[in-house]
Parts: sequence; C-alpha cells; structure tokens
Amino acid sequence: MNINELNAIKERALASMGPREADHNLKDIQERTVLVCGGTGCTSGKSKIIFKEFKEEVAKAGLTGKVHVIMTGCFGLCALGPVVIVYPEGAFYSQLSPEHVPEIVESHLLNNKVLTQYLYKETVKEEGVIKALAETDFYRKQHRLALRNCGVIDPENIDEYIARDGYRALYKVLTSMSQDDVVNVMLASGLRGRGGAGFPTGRKWMFAKASKADKKFVLCNADEGDPGAFMDRSVLEGDPHAVLEAMAIAAYTIGSDQGYIYVRAEYPIAVQRLQIAIKQAKEYGLIGKNIFGTDFSFNVEVRLGAGAFVCGEETALMVSIEGNRGEPRPRPPFPAVKGLFAKPTILNNVETYANVAQIILNGAEWFASMGTEKSKGTKVFALGGKITNTGLVEVPMGTTLREIVEEIGGGIPHGKKFKAAQTGGPSGGCIPAEKMDVAIDYDNLIAIGSMMGSGGLIVMDEDNCMVDIAKFFLEFTVDESCGKCTPCRIGTKRLYELLTKVTNGTATMEDLDKMEELCKYIKENSLCGLGQTAPNPVLSTLRYFRDEYVAHVVEKRCPAGVCKKLVNYSIIADKCKGCTACARKCPVSAISGAVREAHAIDKAKCIKCGACIATCKFGAIVKG
Amino acid sequence: MTKHVRVPFNGTKEQEEKLNKILKSLKNVPGALMPALQQAQEIYGYLPMEVQETIADKLGLSLAEVYGVATFYSQFTLVPKGKVQIGVCLGTACYVKGSGDVYAELQKLLGVESGITEDLIYSLDATRCIGCCGLAPVMTINGDVYGKITKDQVAGLLAKYKE
Repeated sequence: MNINELNAIKERALASMGPREADHNLKDIQERTVLVCGGTGCTSGKSKIIFKEFKEEVAKAGLTGKVHVIMTGCFGLCALGPVVIVYPEGAFYSQLSPEHVPEIVESHLLNNKVLTQYLYKETVKEEGVIKALAETDFYRKQHRLALRNCGVIDPENIDEYIARDGYRALYKVLTSMSQDDVVNVMLASGLRGRGGAGFPTGRKWMFAKASKADKKFVLCNADEGDPGAFMDRSVLEGDPHAVLEAMAIAAYTIGSDQGYIYVRAEYPIAVQRLQIAIKQAKEYGLIGKNIFGTDFSFNVEVRLGAGAFVCGEETALMVSIEGNRGEPRPRPPFPAVKGLFAKPTILNNVETYANVAQIILNGAEWFASMGTEKSKGTKVFALGGKITNTGLVEVPMGTTLREIVEEIGGGIPHGKKFKAAQTGGPSGGCIPAEKMDVAIDYDNLIAIGSMMGSGGLIVMDEDNCMVDIAKFFLEFTVDESCGKCTPCRIGTKRLYELLTKVTNGTATMEDLDKMEELCKYIKENSLCGLGQTAPNPVLSTLRYFRDEYVAHVVEKRCPAGVCKKLVNYSIIADKCKGCTACARKCPVSAISGAVREAHAIDKAKCIKCGACIATCKFGAIVKG
Repeated sequence: MTKHVRVPFNGTKEQEEKLNKILKSLKNVPGALMPALQQAQEIYGYLPMEVQETIADKLGLSLAEVYGVATFYSQFTLVPKGKVQIGVCLGTACYVKGSGDVYAELQKLLGVESGITEDLIYSLDATRCIGCCGLAPVMTINGDVYGKITKDQVAGLLAKYKE
C-alpha cells in the first residue's frame, strides 16, 4: 500500500457509495442510499431482516445500482429502533418492521413519494416537508466526533472507511512525524482518557515511549462493564477501523509492534466486525509488516473477556490477557514501565482511540478549541433510564446536564419530575436537580461527588428511591469484587448489609454514620479503582438525598414507595367505585368488599406486588 | 438443598481431536489459557474436569491454575446447561398463586430437582422475582415470559421447545 493506492481506493469508493448526506433541495434524484442501523439495539428489533428485505425488494423493483442498501453502526436514537435513513432526502424512518419495507420501496424508492407517516415525527414539518435531522432536538446540540462514522459507513467495508479519510492519519504519522511530534500533538490536544479516570493520553504515551525495552505493547480496553454504558460497543460496531488506525499510531509513537484488543465476550457483533476489520486491514497491508513502505510493523489480536467487571481495571485486564484470574496488582510500577508480560504497555479506551486519527489530521488546536479549560473535545453518553430519547449522544465537554436531559433527551416521560442523574456507573454518583446547570467535564463531576466514568447516564424520576439505587449498585460491586483485597471484599458486603437495614426500616441514625465511616475506609484502603470508587453511589446519595435515608430510618417510610418492606397500600374510600377489578387481580386475595361499595386491603395479607394499582381505573389505590 | 444430576463425561473422539488441535496451535501463544478455555467451552458446551486436565497438561500448567481461572470468570461453567433453559419465579406473588405446584410439576416431568436433565435437553432453575407479579405465576423459557400458567400447561410448553 502506498499513498497513490490509498487515494485510488478513496476515489473508487466515493464514486460507488451513493449519497451519504442529506440534500434537501435536490429535485431530480438519480441515486439513493438506504442505511439500515445494524447496532445491537436495532438488531434485536429485527433490523437484520429489514436489511435483507430491502436488498431483496430493491432487486425485485429493478433498482439495483440506483439504490445502495447498507448496514451501518448505531445512529444513536435507540429509543426509536429499528431505524433506517434514506439519502439524499434524509428521510428518517423509525420503529420499522419488516412488513413496511415493500411499501417504502414501492412508494419512496420507485415513485419518489416519502412515506411521512413512518418517519420520526420530529423530522416532519406540518406541510409534510422533511426537516433535517441536524435540526431536531436530539441531534441539534450534538457534535459527532468519536461517532463520526457510526451510522454513516458500512463497518464491514474498509473502502468506506478509507473514503472518509481513513488511514490517512497513519500515513501522515509514519511519513512525516517523529515519535516526539505525535506525543506533542497529543499533549497539546488535551485529550484525556475516556474510560473513566481522565488521565491525559499524551502523558501516558510519553511515559511509555521513554521506557526502554525490547518489546512494548499497545492495548485497547473494550471491556465495557458499567451497566448502562454502551458507547464503546457502538464505536466497535460502527467504526472498527478508527480503533485499529489509532492503535497503530500509538504503537509507532511508543515503539511497539504488537497490540491487543480486550473485548467483552458479551459483544458478539463488535467482536465479529473487529475481526473482519483486522482481516481487511491486513489484506491492504495497513496492518502487518513495513506499513506504507516504512520500517514500521504492527500486528493486532483480539482477546475476549469472560464476564468479570474488574477486568476493566488496567492491571486486571493485563493479567487476564496473560491468562490468569483477573485480579489487579498494586501500582507502581505503572503499566508504562511494567505492564503486559512485564513490558512497557499503554492501555487506552475505545472512545479515546476513536478521537486520535481526527486529532492528527485536523491538528491539536482544532481539538482543543472544543470543550472546557481542562476537558477538551467531546464525550459520548449513553442516555438511559426515565428519559424519552434513550440512546447514544455525543456532546462537547461543558454541555450542561439540563441540555442533555431536557433538550437532547426530550425530558422525562409521563410528565414525571426529574430527580437525579447517575453518571459513572457503579463507580459514580447521583447528580441532583439543583446541580443540573453544572457544565459537565471531568473535574466538575468529581467536585459534585460523581465522576465521568465511561459515560453511562441514567436518569431517575420521582418514582425512584435513592437508597434503593445505591443498594442496587452496591449489590453489583459485591458481586463483582474480585476478592483479592479485604477492604473491597468485606467492606462492600458490610456496606450492602447496612443499606439493606435502611431499606427494611431496621436501621438507626448511628448506622448512617457507620456507613459514612465505612465508605471512607473502603475508598482509602482498596487496592484498585473498583474498590476505591465502590462507595461513591452511597456517598453521593447520602450527600444529596440524606432526607430520604432519614425518612427510611426515622419515619420507617420510603418516600418514593419503592422499598417493599416500608410501603403500605390502601384504598381511598371516596374514589373507590366498588368495581371489584382489584380484588380479582390480587394474587393473595387481600382485597375485600361488596360490589359497588368501597373495598379495603388487608395489610397482613398484602405482599405489596402492586398489581392492584395497575388495575384500578379510578386512581383509588395509593401507596406510601 | 437440591440434588443435581451428575453428568458423566462423554466427550467424543471428534471433540478431543478438535481440542488437541486448538491446544497445539496455542502452545506457544502468550496468555493462551483464556482462549483455550473459551474454545474448549465452545466445543463441549462446558468445562468438565477431564477437559481442564487436558488443557493443563497440553499447555504445561497446573490443574489448579486452570481451575482457578475457569472458576473466576462468570462465563465459564463447569456443569452443562440444557438447550432449553427454564426458570420458574418463586417470588412471593408467584408462590402464593401456585408457582410451587408448577415447579413441582416440572421437577416431576423432568426428573430433576434442579439443574440439567439426564437427556441434557432441559435445565431447570428457580428464580427470584422477575417483576411481573400481575401475571403471576410466571415462568421463563429461553428468555420468553409465560404468565398465568397452570401446572396442566407445563407439559405442552415443554414439548413446544423440544424441537
């Protein structure tokens, strides 16, 4: 492979790809592209069948060559899956099922009539005119950098990546930059690790470059374990070459020739696409010996995890690749000095790598112009929980939580009130409503008791009990603690037991103090990041929602009505019509009363399953 | 509390050859144990002691090391799972609506208290509350949820999944 060949592939691909962006003014449309989302969310909604249907129907309609049908990575708006975009109109079909396909092909692709009834309703103006996606609330404030190719290219076709300037940054680095040049660009860009801790990427590379050794390693951490975070999966599924190119650049910079990508085995589509990408890059000589005719050689292998959250911790990940139990070891020595197989090693997260080629091509200043003073660029968040637009969003650092939740996320469904957002998964904390206008970046999040983490963002409304949420995360860490160090293994278990006392209504105010003290011990004395951050969900809820803890302890009451031991169901006699629906539904026959007369619940029999509330049409049953 | 069917090791010659081939190709690969266990589990469906012994032997590791790794990661299993995985909710709401009877019926039909059946087709587990008490009693088969089931329906459901 040389630069002329790379250019030729780009030209050829651009000529045959079909339109990939919206042109709302185009009148005489000759060529269209149908992009079908092939991310994990849409795939479980049958998008593979939709893709197949489109291919077949397009061929049947004699449109082969005029309509390109492509399966891409994630578009981001998972709540509306499965989604399909047709360019150049930019028609965003949402919640499709395979039965819709023949109709769309017939009407839209054959007769130029867009079926507006199937479009995402935010994109249809009153006159039936399509509004650009970039103007919708969900996309308007987004800035897709790490996700720039997700939902645009076919991740299983290296030519499409090259068409979008793929492997050009690697060429630039290998032919015109020294190792120090690359380090300096990375330092100047201000890029910080997107996996959670936010360590400056350039510094990591600088330390590893400075280490002298016969062998060095470049690792990619794709062991995305936080419940609720799925950005790394989406990058691997939608743009795997971006990660490979960045790893090759990192390898050149530190003087390595071998990379490993450690992926969770729970991500089969990501693994498959990575393997295809590696094979294609090898065929083109973009991975292998003497890349671009230089003396730089680089090989990369995929290693699968086997279901251990702690392996997202860097030293645990390395011992796992070495074939051992994934237990962390103390640092120093840091991996940049002594890492995988005791050789100098750098480990970066998937999303971090997804930024690298763009920084090389567009320059450090371009990247540093986005974001806040100490957190540059963008961050991808996985929006979930009680929010209308569940999905993947990428925003410049410094965007406020309010913008993400209320504008991009479309607010809380069913007219409920926002209570808190949880960031950073089991290592993070809850951000209350009064902090919604804080600009989100690494340092601000830590200042308010949470952390960036990998970017999971779970929204909670008034129906969520914050003690219960803290307990949920603790249960997770208890389960996932590797057991090597005592503060984490036993401390988290004792903390979980104290939380259970609170949710059962048997805790005392002294127990709350004990919890805080225990949290402090666990944070200070645990060996690795898992233990050091495990108390965060408890500490942050104690800090912002102490009144809820106190209500559980003192009043023996769960204000959100979640903790079953503390909830009582009752029937408001004035509202009850005596329709008997609840009594028939009650699994334990705890409700009695004559027809057309107010019913009553026998609290001794009630198991608090909530079936009666769901049944009552008159709002006569309350819990509290 | 429960008695499990002990599954005797009955690996075939073909499986053994496959495993040996893989182990040979991994012989000089650094950190070969995880990929070895993963591929072995793909071949056998689980990691019986006999297979762990072979892996230890061929990769030059101690059985303790192999067993240590196999039991650390949640995706490795030392007992096989059936093709049809059944869960019966024994949470309070389901229990009082008769899920205990449903569970007993399944135990009778499948001939196990819990775990895998002797024909290796089904595995049976009691689960915690799965959060749809309104549908009680509830059972899940390979992830599909069946609500308001009675013990008379159980045999029919099993047959449906046997193919």
